[in-house]
Amino acid sequence: MASKNETTIKAEPGKQDLFITREFDAPRELVFKVFTDPELVPRWLGPRELTMKIDKWDARSGGYYRYVHSDAQGNAYGFHGVMHEVSAPERIIQTFEFEGMPEPGHVSLETARLEELPGGRTRVVVQSVFQSVDDRDGMIQSGMERGLKDSHWRLDELFEELAK
Amino acid sequence: MRRDVFQAIADPTRRDIINLIAYKPLNLNSIADNFEVSRPAISQHIKILMECGLIEMKKQGRERYCEAKLEQLNEVSEWIERYRKLWADKFDRMDDILDELKAK
Repeated sequence: MASKNETTIKAEPGKQDLFITREFDAPRELVFKVFTDPELVPRWLGPRELTMKIDKWDARSGGYYRYVHSDAQGNAYGFHGVMHEVSAPERIIQTFEFEGMPEPGHVSLETARLEELPGGRTRVVVQSVFQSVDDRDGMIQSGMERGLKDSHWRLDELFEELAK
Repeated sequence: MRRDVFQAIADPTRRDIINLIAYKPLNLNSIADNFEVSRPAISQHIKILMECGLIEMKKQGRERYCEAKLEQLNEVSEWIERYRKLWADKFDRMDDILDELKAK
């Protein structure tokens, strides 16, 4: 199999949003299908060590969705939101809320833009806008619990990355 | 008031201060000389950076020097890197599904 395409993330200090960018060696229609098809979504959306179960998934403008990640110990983490706009094959805009927050009402707005690239490739840019800088940083920090490999950055590179 | 590394680096002047003292500790006057903003403003930034654990004051004779504690910054890059990996992992699985769909 070909080498993986790089995933880049842009999260500037002090801002309420973040961007995630990734290219796929597949046409836009197919990428859109993987993003929205309830048969396919459970195969990629959750962290690998958790089981994902879709409760509701109405991938149409105005549709509701809810899914639950659960682990072997029986812990369950629910997420839900509304599909604000589903425009095949180029754009998906949805609200997103993690039900495990200490208090409800912390909702983010996620926009996935699918751009056609030459050679039947597709670039996906996901923008998440949070209600506060704290909410965004909290979401980034939640990734910390996963036991993944550490990386070492020099100071200048770090700032460069954060300010991109 | 929130005091953590994210708060510390949210301000461009504070980022410049960290860059300035990253390789060599400096006293407050020497730091302030590098900026257009007032000395009290720089003092305030340094106070915040101390509260966030990014700067320590070291006494040397009669002078007090600001020293950068860069280990803290690794925490931020690790958070972001882990969050990135979380997404990279999802996208890699999407690749596998896309390969299946293309083969059809």
